[in-house]
Amino acid sequence: MKTSVFAAVSAIAVTCAMPAVAEPQAEVLHWWTSGGEAKSVAVLQQEFADNGGTWTDMPVAGGGGDAAMTALRARVLSGNAPTAVQLKGPAIQEWYEEGVLADISAVAEAEGWADVLPASIAGHMKCEGTWCAAPVNVHRVDWIWANADVLEANGIAMPTTWDEFNAAADKLAAAGITPLAHGGQAWQDATVFEAVALGILGADGFKKAFVDLDMDTLKSDGMVAVFDQMRKMRGYVDDNFSGRDWNLATAMVMNGEAAFQIMGDWAKGEFLAAGKAPGEDFLCASVPGDGFLYNVDSFAMFNVDGDDKKAGQDLLSKLIVGQNFQKVFNLNKGSIPARVDVALDDFDSCAHLSAKDMNESSDNGSLLPSYAHGMALRGAQSGAITDVVTAHFNSDMSSADAVNMLADAVANSM
Amino acid sequence: MTDITLSPANSPSRNWGRIALRWLLFTLLGLFALFYLMPLFVMVTTSLKSLEEIRTGSLVAFPREVTFEAWRTAWSGACTGIQCEGLRPYFWNSVILAIPAVAISTILGAINGYVIAQWKFKGANLIFSLMLFGCFIPFQVVLLPMARMLGMMGIAGTIPGLIFVHVIYGIGFTTLFFRNYYVSIPQELVKAAKVDGAGFFRIFWSIFLPLSLPIIVVTVIWQFTQIWNDFLFGVSFSQAGTQPVTVALNNIVNSTTGVKEYNVDMAAAIIAALPTLLVYVVAGKYFIRGLTAGSVKG
Amino acid sequence: MTEWLERHIPKMVLAPSFIAILVFVYGFIAWTAWVSLTRSRLLPKYEVEGLIQYERLFASPRFDTAMMNLFIFGTLFIIISMVLGLLIAILLDQKIRTEGVLRTIYLYPMALSMIVTGTAWKWIMNPGLGIEKMVRDWGFESFSFDWVIDPDMAIYAVVIAGVWQASGFVMALFLAGLRSVDGEIIKAAQVDGIPNWRIYSAIIIPSMAPIFLSAFIVLAHLAIKSFDLVIALTGGGPGYATDLPATYMYAMAFSRGDIGQAASSAMVMMAVVFAIIVPYLYSELRVKHD
Repeated sequence: MKTSVFAAVSAIAVTCAMPAVAEPQAEVLHWWTSGGEAKSVAVLQQEFADNGGTWTDMPVAGGGGDAAMTALRARVLSGNAPTAVQLKGPAIQEWYEEGVLADISAVAEAEGWADVLPASIAGHMKCEGTWCAAPVNVHRVDWIWANADVLEANGIAMPTTWDEFNAAADKLAAAGITPLAHGGQAWQDATVFEAVALGILGADGFKKAFVDLDMDTLKSDGMVAVFDQMRKMRGYVDDNFSGRDWNLATAMVMNGEAAFQIMGDWAKGEFLAAGKAPGEDFLCASVPGDGFLYNVDSFAMFNVDGDDKKAGQDLLSKLIVGQNFQKVFNLNKGSIPARVDVALDDFDSCAHLSAKDMNESSDNGSLLPSYAHGMALRGAQSGAITDVVTAHFNSDMSSADAVNMLADAVANSM
Repeated sequence: MTDITLSPANSPSRNWGRIALRWLLFTLLGLFALFYLMPLFVMVTTSLKSLEEIRTGSLVAFPREVTFEAWRTAWSGACTGIQCEGLRPYFWNSVILAIPAVAISTILGAINGYVIAQWKFKGANLIFSLMLFGCFIPFQVVLLPMARMLGMMGIAGTIPGLIFVHVIYGIGFTTLFFRNYYVSIPQELVKAAKVDGAGFFRIFWSIFLPLSLPIIVVTVIWQFTQIWNDFLFGVSFSQAGTQPVTVALNNIVNSTTGVKEYNVDMAAAIIAALPTLLVYVVAGKYFIRGLTAGSVKG
Repeated sequence: MTEWLERHIPKMVLAPSFIAILVFVYGFIAWTAWVSLTRSRLLPKYEVEGLIQYERLFASPRFDTAMMNLFIFGTLFIIISMVLGLLIAILLDQKIRTEGVLRTIYLYPMALSMIVTGTAWKWIMNPGLGIEKMVRDWGFESFSFDWVIDPDMAIYAVVIAGVWQASGFVMALFLAGLRSVDGEIIKAAQVDGIPNWRIYSAIIIPSMAPIFLSAFIVLAHLAIKSFDLVIALTGGGPGYATDLPATYMYAMAFSRGDIGQAASSAMVMMAVVFAIIVPYLYSELRVKHD
């Protein structure tokens, strides 16, 4: 029954040639469904088809992949796993531990991934020494976006410390401009929080707190200072921020209602779609502090039966990390290629900055995974932290209470 | 049908009071209608605006310039993944999923209700209680074990699998509806028919079924609404090629890092809801009648 | 043989449904109970570890909020939907010429899923975009309607959208009830000169007791399963101020890979359902004994 249904489905999908023996075959579960993202995936599908493969699309959007992960669990439990799945961060290793991921080391070694990927990013793609996922891009999370005209009119330069940011924000608020455009959704609160934490705790402190979950760091005075700054940030946000989508916050920066937004580089796509030019209409800079928080999208291959699907997995892995796809995809998506040897001539100035910072951070050890976007911790722990962050941000909780709650929540999530 | 209005008085001296009361009545009903229509108003007007106007203007206002572009995109051009064919391909999945699921669960509910209401046996009430309690199980709970079961049955990711799930979790309510309806039919009817030599199915077929139109309408409306609007089962138990329209709608509306086209979102939302809306508009009258006949004598 | 068959046909007809419910409802509840005793993470595991998940659950401030919200939301949602539904049904029952249109307007929200209407509600309730802005633009500068962004009030905003969705259905139930009250009694009362409001409060409404029960069961079922509503309207926010047990469970099971925790919250939810439904069943089935 299962096979016949699958055959039927693929027959619908393939309206072209008769399937040859072991023609590469892939059912791909992903959550890139909207305009720009979908076009980016379409690039991959095209390449896959050009190499004789048959791509069956299984898109499930919503909640930054939550719905897709729900579908994935159901598919795996029913013994009907998709061929390739958009997965990222420690979730890759978690799925590996469940014994359901396929080994793609053969492709990775043949293609020399180890030589072209930054070491910390390559680390995410490996499970107990074998390669188990293929990286697509590097989103930088710790960006601060600004409206160029607003800054100029108020005589403000891009802040390089949090004190400068606070001074600038106070000035803007006095001028009747919302200093920080923000959407009150838990993940957005967490995005601002980790940017602040990176600036105040520094790269080492960030790593101890959000990668190693070191209790002393979580309870430290530095963490209290982070929450203090978050309380300030709350004051810089307009009253109606609750539940606002991130792109509406971006629009506030665009039309001059607000000056800054702290958001990953997908926000750039929103600026570009509205016809704004980087460096002229809007400015991009890393948030105050040293370091680079990355959010790497990747695909993991699941254990499946059938040579055609296995061939599909190999081909897909190869294409994903291939130069051409890395370039075209990331031009569409606002991110930068995961491999460092892609020519960036066609990319904009923000992407150049991102690539430069990534290389530098990679060398000095401050290239760090984003906790807010599920790169640093397993879901239970990062979720517990986000609960505290968002509860603090949306109430008048004191920083000391927040730090205690944070330590309790992390302990309780183990 | 009863004959009761707020002012039955005939004397002319009370006419003014009566007119005032009527006005009050209409004002109240009108205000309620506004409250209920508000979201629909926002959805329809937004779907008729251009993206430019949405970005710059108020979200809750009439469109300055009406365009149906978003509707066309939503139906046949919006990206739901790599394919940019809009909702159209998924619409059909929902149709071939909803019709059998509604039909089967309604039939099962009818026959179950008939047994429980009219062919009492020891333990029938307990069985009914257990079935009713089953209505309340949160669907999030059943997702994972159900996935396992569907896998074992070999229908994971298929339309028959989805139909199966909807039928199972629909039985509770359909049985409740029919049981409450049939319980008001006198037991003597069955007894008399039995004396005449009619059997179990014969009585159901020629006596009960012809009486059941109103409650069938109610059940079908309820089930169709539940199944057509379901997202959780649809997203969990489908695979490429069998995703229902709500999953496609979600793909259009809920992407996280893409550019949001609110006009297309709203148009897609209305399109996806059209079948249920249509059912309510067309069958609404029978719905009330069915409920009148069915639920009162619980 | 045929006589035996004839006697047992009803049971045999009921059997498949009953077995299905037994397996797919009660079997799954048992499965959930089992998993709630384990340390299941990403996928279910079956080594029993004791009550650790329940300890974690009751130590979680977020689950406290969720239970409290279920209580507030459930109570208000059920009461307001019933009162509003009854009120509109009585108003509609006054021989209104446009009844068909109005009825459809009140009823249509039930036809839409919240995935569809959530965004619209979000805009309407947002102070900067929706009603508050509109009324202020009309010149009433002090008008304020900002529940959805106030952590203490947001759950009441969820109640509004919930009532909007379900009250029309309740109205339909009550309208049907009003129409099936015995006309003779009412005529007699009118002849006796009893005022109309007395007729409603003393004769008609009491005779609709079974409808109140039906409405209650439908509403309670919707309240407990409310999930789309919260996700679409507030996403559980501000913070997690509008979290409900159903959204808590979903977040644990599917976004956080903490299935054991999700299972324990599911069991607590089932206990709540049990406490609500058993009295209903008792009253419902007791009627049958007379």
